[in-house]
Amino acid sequence: MINVTIDNKHIQVEPGTTILKAARQAGINIPTLCYFELAGMKFENKPGGCRVCVVEVVKDFNGKPRRNLAPACATDCVEGMEVLTHSPRVINARKTVLELILSDHPNDCLQCEKSGDCELQALAIRLGVRDIPFKGVQSTYRKDSTLSVRRDMDKCVMCRRCETMCNNIQSVGALSAVNRGFSAVVAPAFEQNLGDSSCVNCGQCVQVCPVGALSLVDNIGDVMAAINDPKKTVVVQTAPAVRVALGEEFGMEPGTIVTGKMAAALREIGFDYVFDTDWSADLTIMEEGTELLGRVKKVLNGEKAALPLFTSCCPGWVSFYEKNFPDLLDYPSTAKSPQQMFGAVAKNFFAQKIGVKREDMVVVSIMPCLAKKSECARDEFKVNGNPDVDYSLTTRELAHLIKQCNVDLNNLEPTDFDSPLGQSTGAAVIFGATGGVMEAAVRTAYEVYTGKPLANINLEVVRGLEGTKEATVDFNGLPVHVGVCYGLANARKMMEEVRNGNPRGFHFIEVMACPGGCIGGAGQPFHHGNSDIIRKRMEATYREDAGKPIRKSHENPDIIAIYKEYYGEPCGHLSHEQLHTHYFDRSEHVEVK
Amino acid sequence: MHVLCCGGTGCHASASAQIIENFKRILAEKGLQDEVQVIQTGCFGFCEKGPIVKIMPDNTFYTQVKPEDVEKIVNEHIIKGRKVTDLLYMDPENQEHVSDSKHMGFYRKQLRIALRNCGFVNPENIDECIARGGYEGLGKCLTEMTPQQVIDEVTKSGLRGRGGAGFPTGVKWGLCAKNKCDEMYVICNADEGDPGAFMDRSIMEGDPHSIVEAMAICGYAIGATHGLVYIRAEYPLAIHRLQVAIAQAREYGLLGEDIMGTGFNFDIELRYGAGAFVCGEETALIHSMEGKRGEPTLKPPFPAVSGYMAKPSNVNNVETFANVPIIITKGADWFQTIGSEKSKGTKVFALAGQINNVGLIEVPMGTTLRDIIFEIGGGIKGGRQFKAVQTGGPSGGCLTTKHLDTPIDYDSLVAAGSMMGSGGMVVMDETSCMVAIAKFYLEFTCEESCGKCSPCRVGNKRMLEILEKITDGRGTMEDLQELRNLAAVIKDTALCGLGQTSPNPVLSTLDNFWDEYVEHVVDKKCRAGVCKKLMRYEIDREKCIGCGKCAKNCPAEAISKTNYIAEGHKLPSMEIDPAKCIKCGACMSGCKFNAISVK
Amino acid sequence: MAKVKSLAELKAMREKLQTGLDLREKSNDPDSLVQIKVAMATCGIAAGAKQVMEHLMEKADELKLAVVFTQTGCMGYCHAEPTIEVRVPGRDPLVFGHVDNKRADEILTKYVMNNEMVEGIIPVNYETIG
Repeated sequence: MINVTIDNKHIQVEPGTTILKAARQAGINIPTLCYFELAGMKFENKPGGCRVCVVEVVKDFNGKPRRNLAPACATDCVEGMEVLTHSPRVINARKTVLELILSDHPNDCLQCEKSGDCELQALAIRLGVRDIPFKGVQSTYRKDSTLSVRRDMDKCVMCRRCETMCNNIQSVGALSAVNRGFSAVVAPAFEQNLGDSSCVNCGQCVQVCPVGALSLVDNIGDVMAAINDPKKTVVVQTAPAVRVALGEEFGMEPGTIVTGKMAAALREIGFDYVFDTDWSADLTIMEEGTELLGRVKKVLNGEKAALPLFTSCCPGWVSFYEKNFPDLLDYPSTAKSPQQMFGAVAKNFFAQKIGVKREDMVVVSIMPCLAKKSECARDEFKVNGNPDVDYSLTTRELAHLIKQCNVDLNNLEPTDFDSPLGQSTGAAVIFGATGGVMEAAVRTAYEVYTGKPLANINLEVVRGLEGTKEATVDFNGLPVHVGVCYGLANARKMMEEVRNGNPRGFHFIEVMACPGGCIGGAGQPFHHGNSDIIRKRMEATYREDAGKPIRKSHENPDIIAIYKEYYGEPCGHLSHEQLHTHYFDRSEHVEVK
Repeated sequence: MHVLCCGGTGCHASASAQIIENFKRILAEKGLQDEVQVIQTGCFGFCEKGPIVKIMPDNTFYTQVKPEDVEKIVNEHIIKGRKVTDLLYMDPENQEHVSDSKHMGFYRKQLRIALRNCGFVNPENIDECIARGGYEGLGKCLTEMTPQQVIDEVTKSGLRGRGGAGFPTGVKWGLCAKNKCDEMYVICNADEGDPGAFMDRSIMEGDPHSIVEAMAICGYAIGATHGLVYIRAEYPLAIHRLQVAIAQAREYGLLGEDIMGTGFNFDIELRYGAGAFVCGEETALIHSMEGKRGEPTLKPPFPAVSGYMAKPSNVNNVETFANVPIIITKGADWFQTIGSEKSKGTKVFALAGQINNVGLIEVPMGTTLRDIIFEIGGGIKGGRQFKAVQTGGPSGGCLTTKHLDTPIDYDSLVAAGSMMGSGGMVVMDETSCMVAIAKFYLEFTCEESCGKCSPCRVGNKRMLEILEKITDGRGTMEDLQELRNLAAVIKDTALCGLGQTSPNPVLSTLDNFWDEYVEHVVDKKCRAGVCKKLMRYEIDREKCIGCGKCAKNCPAEAISKTNYIAEGHKLPSMEIDPAKCIKCGACMSGCKFNAISVK
Repeated sequence: MAKVKSLAELKAMREKLQTGLDLREKSNDPDSLVQIKVAMATCGIAAGAKQVMEHLMEKADELKLAVVFTQTGCMGYCHAEPTIEVRVPGRDPLVFGHVDNKRADEILTKYVMNNEMVEGIIPVNYETIG
């Protein structure tokens, strides 16, 4: 242990502890801006760039004061170190640095999406900035947008969190710092459009951006217009991860489950049918599980089949392998994602059932995700130009919508989803957390394959926040080897392993792009680097699962009914037509043009 | 017999033309014009004592010769062979007259250690280098010394990093050697970036073998087998000569496997930089070599722990390396005797600006600025007044007359508010505006900042904007205050050396030329006449005859007739509308009556 | 070229090469061997050192002068580039600055051949460790 003194408080810390963390240990909260950590998820951004966290080292390793102020986030404690975090020199420097950053930032807080959630704004409040003494030019850059992510780099403070996320965690490599000096900014290579780059729209850059430089494409207006159009029947579906996070936007504790309140709020807003993506998650398990067993059986029979099977629920991941692994497009499951399965069922089966023309039905999804906005716009998910899912809103947009519509979520009476696309099992609920799709698939595949009930349906080995997990499940003598990962850099490693002959012999791999799975999605309330929030959302997910009367997808009566009534059997002819898709080689976006 | 008479600007200004004239006339009168040749030479560099006349072949060196002294020199020296004692140089130390320039202190003021082979050997011929003792230092290390002894010797020599910061080289090697590892790197920082600096380029062009040898010595000392030279792609000749040197050394078995049969392996690769100033910072340099964006990261970890490809690496500058072989062959004790107490050896400077002998010089540490500027540099061009000298490039500061007698070394320069830097030295006279100079350097830093940390990215830009405001005549006293505060905060908070030193040109000019700043701000006046916006062209209505030529020349139609007719003139005088004037000076250069002046 | 196998070998080589250089520099035939070094660093080349060197070589051929030409690095007199150092045996080496073709001709015809001085001499103002 190392002895350090911070603001005259003596503490002992582990070697390798930064001044910032040591100070926190001593109850001293040094302000930061560029620094960002997702503890336990290997995400750490400490370029030492913003210089907001500078402190005065009055006694360094050599017993002498340090000449310059030190960035607390990136300076390790040494034995005997003495640090001041709020000396006049520090306060003046910190405030000047912040004023400098603000002098190159548009002061349009009132209109900014990030207002109220902005870390720069919070800092300005905290340091009591009342005037910016520096008047000068502000950098301006071309605005750019994909279907999911908007870039307004005028607001960029060069914290480089997005770059670290895009490169280190996602290995997408779409964003990096370009240009020099005052013109330095984070951008795609050659400042091309983000949409023409290797970007997969996972949106994690937006989730970590401290300011409004990176934000989501807002579709609230489109949805409101549809609701207010008397000719349209507006159907809404809500993803599993939304219900465990939405409450945060209304001051509830992270991990509060608001499923019933959310359904009620959606009705108040004016949606005609309030359904659940969980229902189509159960449907996904039926299709994907059947596909898995089909491929496994083929291999057992000595035939050729692409194993391991990769999940295909996550559109960021789908885009990633289309762009980076065009040679492995046979491996991912052809099953559509739950969002798109829902859309296909709603606009075919359900529209027919209630006698509404496809064109007069608007399907809205509420997703924890930004990539879903791009997914629903894919051509292969349209019929005569009419998309299966018209608009995808994020959890954050839904919160805005609820507030705009004067709905008091906290005091709403919970209600159930509508039928027939509303009932779901615990297996669907856990889709929201990393490992959940795998666990749900095993619950069904095991019983379908062996014909026997699974003794313990809680597959604990694939739960938790480790980036990569693996397990072997005994399917009555057939060892099924499964893998789970989140973060596309982890997925890249898995894919490369498969490309090199799948030495670990995986049968089935689940991939989610976002930290912790969809619960850490880019459309969720901002976690500001607090991984406890993600952990609590995960706990809530498994709590919801445990509390469900039915916890296996194949036991969902509405699912059983729709196969009986409409699809016949999983992976049958009609389901292939409506519930499965195919993939494209999009690698030209990765090679720089 | 030859009479060499200095024709440099300094001597020319002090009547050397008249002296030559007189020599020719008097020699002709005496019928000696065929026997004695009068030659005008380049600057002797000793302008303090100019005009200089040298008589060959007996090498007599006359100083402060006046035109009327010529007759005496001809009669006494040329005809009778007697030296004119009172015109000889007086040694200030022993008050004796010295006749031969070779014995004069002035010509001892430069000492070439790092440049020892530059201008002496053919850099593309390894034989000439070997003939000058090349690779013997390496041989000595490999056969007679342990790696630790090599490190100790370099440490003992007192050699400090010539890239600017002056970190003790031996200590740096020792720190790296401690982190023994199967893969280690010796990196030569040849990313010379200070505006006007070309010491490293000249060394690589003139003596590439010394760099190759020194890198191998360093490799042996720290336990590395790979050497990398990070060199600017815009140095094609230096690259070529290094490539030739590396190839020749390999051919001779002085590089590659089993060097000189000792079993030691070492080889060198070149890596090309795109010429970003910040890549001279060692962590940025390493990132650039790794193919990443050239921007610095926080130290620690130091490259000695985690450098190129996260392996222990030792980065030294070209000039530092150039000193190493000779330290090994001549010994640390010898090196120790040269220089000042805390800065040993010599330093190469690129002398530039308003000075007669622009060029590359090498002087022992502790030489005064006066010696460099007025003796070696030959004084100020055109006999104008010395005003300031800028050392250390964009990271350094401007020093004034009061610093002329400061012996320069790493520490004294920092104490004076500047720094050694890599060795750029720009001399300025009264035609330089110090605010504009500060602005120039800041423009450079703003261009070259990597943009990673906010104080450097935004702060320098804001400082530049304030300076622009001042040179445009819109500055206020509060701006000067803000400038000081910003400079202090940037110095205190910037991430790397570039940012931490970038306010130095501003701070040092604020300290040393405060009056000039105040003049710009309060009187809206630039005494050097550099800041255009503060200039005001005026027509003296008593001198103006009203010819109207200025109005015709004016591209901005800023000149018109007045109602005033001066005494003795027929036409009304002209006047300039300052609001329209673009300060091009076309009116003034066209006026035959000297009626237009700049205020 | 055989590889240098030891420090002793290197030293022996140096001895040999040094005499070689000496032979070249202090030839027994002082009237026939002149050495001219042209400073060919970037500063010199930019000022035209290459052309001057070519011209000098042609001119020396034309005049049937035995001159050894060498290129070398920067002598430090950047204000007077191109610079050349002329060593005529028996005389002190002289450095000439601002050498253009015309001055090059003069240096060969006047200084080298007739020991007449030519404009543009630069006094060497440093000492070299060697």
